Amino acid sequence: MNGPFDFALALGDDALIAAQRLGEWTTRAPEMEEDVALANVALDQLGAARLLLTYAGELEAAGRDEDALAYLRDDREFRNCLLVELPNGDFAVTVAKLFFLSAYQLPLYAALAGCADERLAAIGAKARKESTYHLDHASLWVRRLGDGTAESHRRMQAAVDQVWPYVHELFAPFPGAPVDPTTLRAAFDAAVDPVLAEATLARPADGWAPAGGRDGLHTEHLSYLLTEMQVLHRAHPGAKW
Amino acid sequence: MVSPREAVASVPDPEIRVITIDELGILRAVDEHPATGRVTVTITPTYTGCPAMDMIRADIRRALAAAGHPDAEVRTVYSPAWSTDWISESGRAKLAAAGIAPPAPVRSGPVVPLTLAVRCPRCGSPETEQISRFGSTACKALWRCRSCSEPFDHLKAL
Repeated sequence: MNGPFDFALALGDDALIAAQRLGEWTTRAPEMEEDVALANVALDQLGAARLLLTYAGELEAAGRDEDALAYLRDDREFRNCLLVELPNGDFAVTVAKLFFLSAYQLPLYAALAGCADERLAAIGAKARKESTYHLDHASLWVRRLGDGTAESHRRMQAAVDQVWPYVHELFAPFPGAPVDPTTLRAAFDAAVDPVLAEATLARPADGWAPAGGRDGLHTEHLSYLLTEMQVLHRAHPGAKW
Repeated sequence: MVSPREAVASVPDPEIRVITIDELGILRAVDEHPATGRVTVTITPTYTGCPAMDMIRADIRRALAAAGHPDAEVRTVYSPAWSTDWISESGRAKLAAAGIAPPAPVRSGPVVPLTLAVRCPRCGSPETEQISRFGSTACKALWRCRSCSEPFDHLKAL
């Protein structure tokens, strides 16, 4: 792992896989407005993924465009964090995943906006505006469910506990990257801690910290996701609407 | 004969057809090469995942072809990032007339998740509430007026 190519690829894969997972909620969300909301967040993630993967392809200079990178790689070649590939679970798990992901992406894109790489800076400046809405939306649900009924509180706490171990991977050092992920942890904590407190949720203790996504070592869930995401393109190479 | 700039500026936004791409602030430049006459148009998306971009590019090419420039190039740039502050005054007036509450000015400095009062575009009442932060397109939220009970779209400040 090193350099802008791997970093653009990792960030692009985060956004792409997050978009695919969020898209699974379409027609299944708990209320119609939420269906639209999750689809919109997915669309933002997909937009960021397209820009990042296109740029990664140009940096690699091996002739791979965004479609080749999204549809023609196998699981070991993906560099997304494990958090985004985890199954959606119940709605609380999806909220916890979106909450932690956007609390990471917002300071990440903000830092990217000020980095020396002009293309990544432009993408960061654009995507951070959208991440603000994602974090706001996820925070709203964390508070609503955490400080809601006994059952919603129980489920939201369980979701936070379940997803928390996967947060640590986001802030692991990334040699050669234009932004050092370890510097983003303070902003993440500043966004997450007050919301958890207001939601009457306990911040989980740090312990088990699964990782490997940035090295292409994924959970089994990614393979199933890729199968569904890639089947059309692989069955009909170059197909267009 | 309309100029390339006039031809492109009159292209309506495919999702909010009451305003043009110029009024929406996504048209950044129209350049005509002094020697070849070839036209280059520069646009920027509202949201990164905006699904209307392909249609906007096609509409621009069609408008230029009709104005006598069949081989125009359409470039997409992402920096500086689009802001709702770029929507023109005439654009804001047209949005309101079409029942879409225009966005408030974007505040500089740290972003505070704070809901500002949005006036109902139908009856003008400030007694409104947000139904959903995300609406029919990426750039809109869904609101409802507590005075006249009508739901309406609100273009989110970005």
